[in-house]
Amino acid sequence: MTAISRPARRRPGSSIRWLTIGLFLLPALILYAVFVVVPVIQAMHYSLFKWNGLTPLTDFVGLENYVTALGSKGFTTSIGNNLLILVLSLLIQIPFSLALAVMLNRRFPGRAVFRLLFFLPYVLSEAVTGIVFSLMLQPDSVVDSSLKTVGLEALIQDWLGDSTLVMITLFVIISWKYFGFHMIILLAGLQGIPRELEEAAYIDGADRRTAFRYVTLPLLGPTLRVSVFLSMIGALQLFDMVWVMTGGGPVNASSTMAIAMFKAGFRSHQFGYGSALAVILFLCCLAVALLYQRYVLRRDTAGAVTAYGG
Amino acid sequence: MRPRHRIAALLATTAIVIAACAGGGTSSSPSAAGGSSGSGASQAGGGEPVTVDWWHITTGEPGKSDFQAIADAYTSAHPNVTIKITVLENEAFKTKLSTTTAADYPDLFQSWGGGIMADQAEAGLLKDITADIADWKDTINAGAMSIYAYNGKQYGVPWDMGMIGFWYNKALFEQAGVSAPPTTWDEYLAAVQKLKDAGIQPLAIAGKDKWPSMHLWTYLLLRTGGGDTLSEMIQSGDWNTDACKKAGEEVLKLNALNPYQDGYKSADYNAEAAAVGNGKAAMELMGQWAPSVQMDQSADKKGLGDKLGWFAFPTVSGGAGAATDGVGGGNGIAVGVNAPPEAIDFLKFFNSVENGNKLNTDNIGLSTVVGTESTVKDPNLQAVLEGRGNATFMQLYLDQATSGALSQAFNDATIALFLGQSTPEEVCQTLTDAAAEG
Repeated sequence: MTAISRPARRRPGSSIRWLTIGLFLLPALILYAVFVVVPVIQAMHYSLFKWNGLTPLTDFVGLENYVTALGSKGFTTSIGNNLLILVLSLLIQIPFSLALAVMLNRRFPGRAVFRLLFFLPYVLSEAVTGIVFSLMLQPDSVVDSSLKTVGLEALIQDWLGDSTLVMITLFVIISWKYFGFHMIILLAGLQGIPRELEEAAYIDGADRRTAFRYVTLPLLGPTLRVSVFLSMIGALQLFDMVWVMTGGGPVNASSTMAIAMFKAGFRSHQFGYGSALAVILFLCCLAVALLYQRYVLRRDTAGAVTAYGG
Repeated sequence: MRPRHRIAALLATTAIVIAACAGGGTSSSPSAAGGSSGSGASQAGGGEPVTVDWWHITTGEPGKSDFQAIADAYTSAHPNVTIKITVLENEAFKTKLSTTTAADYPDLFQSWGGGIMADQAEAGLLKDITADIADWKDTINAGAMSIYAYNGKQYGVPWDMGMIGFWYNKALFEQAGVSAPPTTWDEYLAAVQKLKDAGIQPLAIAGKDKWPSMHLWTYLLLRTGGGDTLSEMIQSGDWNTDACKKAGEEVLKLNALNPYQDGYKSADYNAEAAAVGNGKAAMELMGQWAPSVQMDQSADKKGLGDKLGWFAFPTVSGGAGAATDGVGGGNGIAVGVNAPPEAIDFLKFFNSVENGNKLNTDNIGLSTVVGTESTVKDPNLQAVLEGRGNATFMQLYLDQATSGALSQAFNDATIALFLGQSTPEEVCQTLTDAAAEG
């Protein structure tokens, strides 16, 4: 943007250029304002009231809704669950996807079939995935009877009913659904890395592991960081699948921020409190996005230049 | 110039007054329309084309077609009226209604009465139809009617009302050696133990959906404390009472027998119904719709058939509640603030004996129209109907009788008790806190 606009300002036709840019941006700006900026501001406004969504906004309570939210055990559990999924995704899901991407980047027969198979879960909607897995995880259903068949009865659990286990069960299903997506992103990144660089490393005497560590991985950095970013935002906004499978239960054990927000708004009709939860969720996402942009993604724009120079 | 101005002003004022009178005229006409039977409204409306917007949630058959047929029958007798039906799934309906503004509010829509309806009335979204229905309100079951009244004003009319009770598998009871349905809570716990000993899962609940076991707790509360105490607790918002704690303790006694079906912690209501419908669990505590859902959810789509029985919630020894006190509820139609007189006239037509009989024979509900009782043929539903008729006190489902944080808290707090993650005292405190929150 800055690169284009600066020289333009000096030219005589600059006002027309600005007008053109403005006109082209206008539709997007209007949509963004109507569907993003305005609702966010509205939610911030509502969050300062006690409001059931029906009566006029009169009961101003200041920041009370926020105090209630941060003091409520249900909501703090929800924040904890979001963070748990976020951390587990970064530690397990992304490395797993990366390993698969590296494998599928090699030449071997049936490669395309595997790529397709691994990507397939991502194509399913979250609700469908949720329903299918909750049916499979019912007592004596597919999962339990499969375990029985191979003689692992001892491992059978109340997968979605055990409050200590439910988040792990959900994490496995979320990972099943999304590893293919991250794999495809990383695979695309890998394919953008010229073969010659790795070959050059081999000629210099590097083994496979060293070549991956010092050549492939740094070059894959930008893609990896985007993947991590998407995964983090996804973990914070987690809703659909959990709602379908457990509704946040048993007793809030699998609740997330978005579930707490939905329940407050559309179940309890506490739209003021629900809005406060929405604003907290928004601020969490915003903070993560800004910090990540500032400290992690910034290297990518700079890195693209310095990598060749250094 | 000046006189002209004055004349213009006068003309304008007259126009407003006339408009106001006209408005008043149309809004007062429903009582006139109600007075003349049958086609009254169309005469009052002078044959002007009118559209009645009706949202209902009867998505299943034959209910959906029956509702359409009733609307068609009305519009063919009143050609000037168009009834625009929007059929919505339950959750979608709730979401859509909560985001609809007063100007777009439907004229007639699904309602369960109680707390949410009171909120809607409070917000000026409903029409007070007390006067409009005065001459035919006695044709509807009075207890059911009271659920759709708030502060002495009527805002809707019920078309279905039932009572919650235990639905049980006679064959499994026999197999466990339980000869007759228990009438006291001690007998009930003994029966649960017998079922358990016979290797049968005694009771199905739904940990994910929460409300089925909430009704069990409500019944224990009603049996221990009695109807007046319960009403008082709802009114005052003080749930830190002996009755509340006692009810919780009785739940713990039940929990101690480990009576629930496999996977109950994460089961939804459909899974609960399937457990009973497939003959895996011996009982569920549920409303009048239980047999049809069991049938739908069972593997062979037949349910239990003749093996299914019904009994009222047992009495608790030393409790103040009577065996005839009930927890119940049902479906109704609320009237939106913009509803034309024709909407209310249609409501009268909808609740005719003929249409009530149709709802009964097609198993869509238990009609609240007086004189339709004989068309309920199923012996279990007859038992429910008898319970409804004999009720000395009828408590609307607690999560519908109240609204806001408290309504949700009933489900959330009681399920924690059933899942062993909360104490009776904590439940009573949570409810008191939620009631204070509003």
